[in-house]
Amino acid sequence: MNPASPAAAMTNWQAFLFTFFDAKTMATYAPKIAQGFLLTVELAILIVISGLALGLFLAVVRSFRIRPLNWLIVFAVDLFRALPPLVIIVFFYFGLPVVGLGFEGFTTTWLALTLVLAAFAEEIFWAGILAVPKGQWEAARSTGLGFLGTLGWVVLPQAIRMTIPPLTNRTIAITKGTALGSVVAVAEILSTAQSAMAESANPSPLTLGAIAYIILFVPVVIAGRWIETRFAWKR
Amino acid sequence: MTQGPVLLSVRGLRKSFGATEVLRGIDLDVHERELVFIIGPSGSGKSTLLRCCNRLEEPSSGSIIVDGTDLMARGTDINLLRRRIGMVFQNFNLYPHMTALGNVMLALRRVLKKPRAEAEEIARAALARVGLADKAANYPTELSGGQQQRVAIARAVALDPKIMLFDEPTSALDPELVGSVLATMRELRESGMTMMVVSHEMGFARAAADRVLFMDQGEIIEQGPPTQIFEDPREARTRAFVQQINRH
Ligand SMILES: Nc1ncnc2c1ncn2[C@@H]1O[C@H](COP(=O)(O)OP(=O)(O)O)[C@@H](O)[C@H]1O
Ligand SMILES: [Mg+2]
Repeated sequence: MNPASPAAAMTNWQAFLFTFFDAKTMATYAPKIAQGFLLTVELAILIVISGLALGLFLAVVRSFRIRPLNWLIVFAVDLFRALPPLVIIVFFYFGLPVVGLGFEGFTTTWLALTLVLAAFAEEIFWAGILAVPKGQWEAARSTGLGFLGTLGWVVLPQAIRMTIPPLTNRTIAITKGTALGSVVAVAEILSTAQSAMAESANPSPLTLGAIAYIILFVPVVIAGRWIETRFAWKR
Repeated sequence: MTQGPVLLSVRGLRKSFGATEVLRGIDLDVHERELVFIIGPSGSGKSTLLRCCNRLEEPSSGSIIVDGTDLMARGTDINLLRRRIGMVFQNFNLYPHMTALGNVMLALRRVLKKPRAEAEEIARAALARVGLADKAANYPTELSGGQQQRVAIARAVALDPKIMLFDEPTSALDPELVGSVLATMRELRESGMTMMVVSHEMGFARAAADRVLFMDQGEIIEQGPPTQIFEDPREARTRAFVQQINRH
């Protein structure tokens, strides 16, 4: 066969279409992948809420500057930032049952990625808190506002605004990380796409998976940009 | 000068940062309705003295009594006492995420626990007093330096303090904006506010101060009425400093 002939080119093109965009395979597996999509959304939302909340809580605890407590926080944060998230998921999934704390894949993935996001978020919030000028603390304290009042009304609102761009990046990264749940039997997007591919012996479901991820991330990116402009103020 | 009862009493105040002693035994009484003006070279401890008076800086030793309350006593609720001590900073330190009104209302709401409507009423009156009634809805970045500093004054005044501390309130301002802040301070002074002012604005001191203190190297070197300190200082160090300031 002459690869330069139009007929051969058509064949290649059709082969490509059949491999990645086979309408029949896609139609068959779309509902399954849609389910995987919903599960991913659910998992991601839970991780983002609990991870950011825990990260903020740890940063607030750290601002009390209680030495031993801060060493503990810094150690835990460094640990969860250093370990590959996959290692943490696998470790929790196979390790925790040994000490009688077995969770199913969904819960394990949620817990592991929550801790990872919390670790990064804590560092980001903490950097934000430190970046608020000392004069802001002093002005608020001089009016009789206490430590927590100053933190809550004056410092955190400014710190959180500064941290929205890096937090958006982390949120996107951790949402991608939900794909790691596939190794512990969480039927999220990647996992459903993979099993659909195995079953149909055709990679088109992966295309659906990619589309599902795009559908997932476009709103996150747009929301991040919107929050950024919404909460920005001229310096 | 009218000598009311003593409102602020500082005795044997010392403050060290590490090995360097920045305040070396300060004794000072400020009377009700008095305006005490503090001058001195950079690094002489003026800011540290003011900041010790509301415990933004922790004194190393000595005593400070404000309005009958021992600032350093264990039982003293420092947040309660700070409501009665207003402070105005060189860099304004307005909260950038709040409007002028929000800046003034925050402590009214969260410290004095006033209901919103009442807090807003007081805050608007305070802004009107510094001539910024029409800027209530503006954010600090939308205001000139002079306007920002007047909002900062309103923020302190709104809490109805017994004494106000000013740390170089006009030093960060462009020259043409200094006047409006000084006018606001004059108005405050005429309303009977007790004030301690660190500044280089000799004209203001001549016109408004009851007493001028000259500080150097953590000590009060000399004090007296403005005319005496500016025109006939006893100490050589005071004379040298005043001449240097006057040249500028
Ligand atoms: N937080 C601090 N830590 C260490 N040294 C300080 C601190 N604050 C002030 N100082 C030092 O104390 C001295 C007096 O400072 P300050 O009270 O600001 O003087 P002034 O207001 O008269 O210029 C300076 O030498 C300054 O460097
Ligand atoms: Mg100073």
